[in-house]
Amino acid sequence: MAVTRDDVAHVAELARIALDETRVGDLVRELNGILSHMDELRKVDTEGVEPTAGVGDAGTPLRPDEGPPIPLDRPREKFAPAMRDGFFIVPRLSTHEDAVEDAG
Amino acid sequence: MSTRVSVADPITERYEMVVGLEVHVQLRTETKAFCKCSTTFGAAPNANTCPVCLALPGSLPVLNEEAVKLAVRAACALQCEIKPISIFARKNYFYPDLPKGYQISQYDKPLATNGRMVIGKNADGTPITIGITRLHMEEDAGKSVHDRFPGASAIDLNRAGVPLIEIVSEPDMRSSAEAGAYLRVLKQLLEYIDVSDVNMEEGSLRVDANVSARERGETRLGTKTEVKNMNSFSGVERALEAEFARQCAILDRGEKVQQQTMLWDGARGEVRPARSKEESHDYRYFPEPDLPPLRLDRDWISDMKACLPELPQARQKRFADEYSLPAGDIEVLTSSPALADYFEGVARQSDDPKAAANWVMGEVLAALKTTDQQIAHFSVRPADLARLIELVRDGFVSNTAGKKIFAAMVETGDPPARIAEREGLVQVRDASELEKWVDEVLAENPDEAKRFRDGEKKLLGVLVGQVMKKSKGRADPRRVNQLLSERAAS
Amino acid sequence: MSTEHPARDAVRAAFARMDAVKAGRDGLNCVLWSDRGWSLDLAKEADQNPGGVLAGVPFAVKDNIATHHLPTTCGSRILEGYVSPYEATVIRRLREAGAVLVAKTNCDEFAMGSSTEHSAYGPARNPVDPSRVPGGSSGGSAAAVAAGIVPIALGSETGGSVRQPAAFCGVVGVKPTYGRVSRYGLVAFASSLDQVGVFGATVSHAARAMEVIAGRDERDSTSADRPVPQLGFDGSQRLDGVVIGRPREYFPDSLDARMRERVDSALGALRDRGAEVKEISLEHTDLAIPVYYIVATAEASSNLARFDGVRYGFRDNGNDGLKGMYEATRSHGFGAEVTRRILLGTYVLSAGYYDAYYKKAQQVRTLITRDFGDAFDNGVDVILTPTTPTPAFELGAKAEPYEMYLNDIFTATANLAGVPAMSVPVGTIDGLPVGAQIIARHFEEGKMFRVASVLENALGANGGAR
Ligand SMILES: [Mg+2]
Ligand SMILES: [Zn+2]
Repeated sequence: MAVTRDDVAHVAELARIALDETRVGDLVRELNGILSHMDELRKVDTEGVEPTAGVGDAGTPLRPDEGPPIPLDRPREKFAPAMRDGFFIVPRLSTHEDAVEDAG
Repeated sequence: MSTRVSVADPITERYEMVVGLEVHVQLRTETKAFCKCSTTFGAAPNANTCPVCLALPGSLPVLNEEAVKLAVRAACALQCEIKPISIFARKNYFYPDLPKGYQISQYDKPLATNGRMVIGKNADGTPITIGITRLHMEEDAGKSVHDRFPGASAIDLNRAGVPLIEIVSEPDMRSSAEAGAYLRVLKQLLEYIDVSDVNMEEGSLRVDANVSARERGETRLGTKTEVKNMNSFSGVERALEAEFARQCAILDRGEKVQQQTMLWDGARGEVRPARSKEESHDYRYFPEPDLPPLRLDRDWISDMKACLPELPQARQKRFADEYSLPAGDIEVLTSSPALADYFEGVARQSDDPKAAANWVMGEVLAALKTTDQQIAHFSVRPADLARLIELVRDGFVSNTAGKKIFAAMVETGDPPARIAEREGLVQVRDASELEKWVDEVLAENPDEAKRFRDGEKKLLGVLVGQVMKKSKGRADPRRVNQLLSERAAS
Repeated sequence: MSTEHPARDAVRAAFARMDAVKAGRDGLNCVLWSDRGWSLDLAKEADQNPGGVLAGVPFAVKDNIATHHLPTTCGSRILEGYVSPYEATVIRRLREAGAVLVAKTNCDEFAMGSSTEHSAYGPARNPVDPSRVPGGSSGGSAAAVAAGIVPIALGSETGGSVRQPAAFCGVVGVKPTYGRVSRYGLVAFASSLDQVGVFGATVSHAARAMEVIAGRDERDSTSADRPVPQLGFDGSQRLDGVVIGRPREYFPDSLDARMRERVDSALGALRDRGAEVKEISLEHTDLAIPVYYIVATAEASSNLARFDGVRYGFRDNGNDGLKGMYEATRSHGFGAEVTRRILLGTYVLSAGYYDAYYKKAQQVRTLITRDFGDAFDNGVDVILTPTTPTPAFELGAKAEPYEMYLNDIFTATANLAGVPAMSVPVGTIDGLPVGAQIIARHFEEGKMFRVASVLENALGANGGAR
């Protein structure tokens, strides 16, 4: 399962990280180096072995449906990069000139 | 293909629509799914946010018990299998209204599967049953406002983290009308079990549709598209028709339908492909490590099933049995649980289901509309309407006066007897008073009086009307009738 | 020293020591953020409300744990200047016990590293030998304790990030059972592996700090509802009846002979106190690193998605709309190692690879956990191993990523299995400290601390450094 330049470009796209061309080459080499060790796992017989999922036998705890929320001791404006009228402001999606809500 | 329809038929006649619906429903909780922020609608932007729903570094989710209860109640009502163990998963994608960069949802181990819902009857009386593939819990995203500031989007995270259930149906619907029926029956069901406000305009219920077309008689599914951006049930029906027509035209040209997302443009009445998303969809689901599996005790699940409120179909059957009402009336009266409760209150307290049904379907529904009230907070309480029905039935007030009294009740919320007294609408049945009015009318209209006495029976109505007018509507018309007839006979 | 203001005196001494050892950027670079005036105000409060179990004890905290007032940057540019608007549960508990925060310490960016070289604020150095790394990722906290600035410090563990630097710096380092300590306020690296850990100048310092921070927290769904045992023990006691497992996989032929000798003499000292040493096997040990790097990077790729420039932290608007902002922010905000791990984690979760990598790794993780369960079921009370294969290496020595990853070879297993483990100094090699790791069954920190106390007592100060 060798990682290709296209794979690196694809995961960089998914992860919203921009890479220049030389960095892509380095990463192809580095990731293949790391993943070659990961391929050791394929030799292990895991037939019928449950994957670890969540630690502990007790189920997730449930909390009562009531406040108050955990307070913020600094106003949002103090840590937000850009705020206006209480909204967080971001550059408009470049393919999103008109408003279509992305819900659910 | 065994049957081949003549090419002269309209294209869409040759194809069958296949629809599955994905419905997101906001659960009616006080606080969000994974933090203690309020879910109240309409707060200032980002006022209802905390470290958890802002995804501040180091914050962690804790599941709201009420959200679990409501989701399980919905799963019970949809006759799903509820899983003793279900697993939350992260759905990873970047969008500014998704603070963590992932949505906490459920993926390969959802809360419930294999449900069903009856949405109506076929022509032969057999039920139309739609399969429910799965019902899972997840959290809502925030809101992106794109038209408020030039060149920028504005993010409000008040809605981020509000609990949702996603209800995925099987591709069991065969027309837009069936899809519409599914949504109306589902909305009614969710109202009955009181898990959500189910208001599509306010966004507490949202619908995406998977639709495909295939030649009639074909049993395999065609390539489907996903249709989004509908904001009413009729919009869903119109969007399905539009997308179906588009697909039929493609198939008819011998081309292939592309699997893609279509957006409904209600104003133009058309669907168009969603602009190519900025990302390829690869959600990289994996089990949410911040939340251990959700474990539900089997006895607890049984209790939840047992204490489910009466569902619409059961209530409809009971209304037919207990009140002997026609099917059409029952449909109207059970359309929402609040209306059905109201009717039952009136019917029981007046002991007159027929009159109660007539009043509720007539005057009450009309008054709700004109005064823009909700039945649950209607100014006329069931006990007062029941009392009014008794007053009319027992002749204390006339039918006409009853309507007037009702109008005053809507306005003031006062009990009917008090209004009747105040407005002088109590029917007069005292013989001496009635006789006085009759005598006066006969004296004032000697010509008609003579002809009436001489046997011209059709004048009875005119004279009764005169008496009613003189009494300002307070005379009991039956008694006036009686008195005048006696005079003619004497 | 005046006795009326013990907390203020201790805090003044801590700041004096910071100056003396050059804890800042021009020296050890173990302390990133501190504010003397603010800490003295806290100390004043502590003096006015004495009686907490850690009354007036100054402490340091790794920079990936949320605190009031001082920045919480995770050693990353993407959080430069970020001050958390809430504090971690562990910080609140220490504060309520009377301890006084004096420093946020340097670490590998987002705890990703084993040397504290991958910090956006420059590498930290080992107080024992400043040409060498203090280990990592909690290297700043280990160094702060080793340099005598504070007697206790908090770090965080994902694959050995407390135990390994503790061994390198010659102090005690503890990773509790997964779920023993609240993660609320610990900036997540890999949620199913992360735990807050403690450093102590001695075993008893570590025990006291652990007792304070442990226990159920309703803000962390993975925190366990288990009573917290007492962790302080008399080190002069005997260990008759205690069985200590010596797993052969942790003593491979390739292990440095002097390392083997130091750890075996520790076992000998425990045997002298009455413990029985038993050879055991933990057969899936050599798979721990591949499993660890798949699970940890997968979770990290998701956990670090929130650093998107929208709500807090660093933003670079770029010049191409929203996507341009995301990419400029994340490309310029994250360092090379974090970028590498995000991409690796994204890859192993992406369509078509999930089963081969992530699911497979979680299955092998189950086997690693079973190895420990089997050993403990067979009468072993605790397991003792070297903490690291070697003592501290020189800055820049490990250039290849995988070479660096192998540093965690003896420690990552405990994180994967969720069992408690701690490192105790057991001497030096060429003047550089080395540690022995004691591993116990889930929630049996008591047994682990008991053996650690005896070991410390038997070996003398600094593990009887030779
Ligand atoms: Mg969904
Ligand atoms: Zn919140």
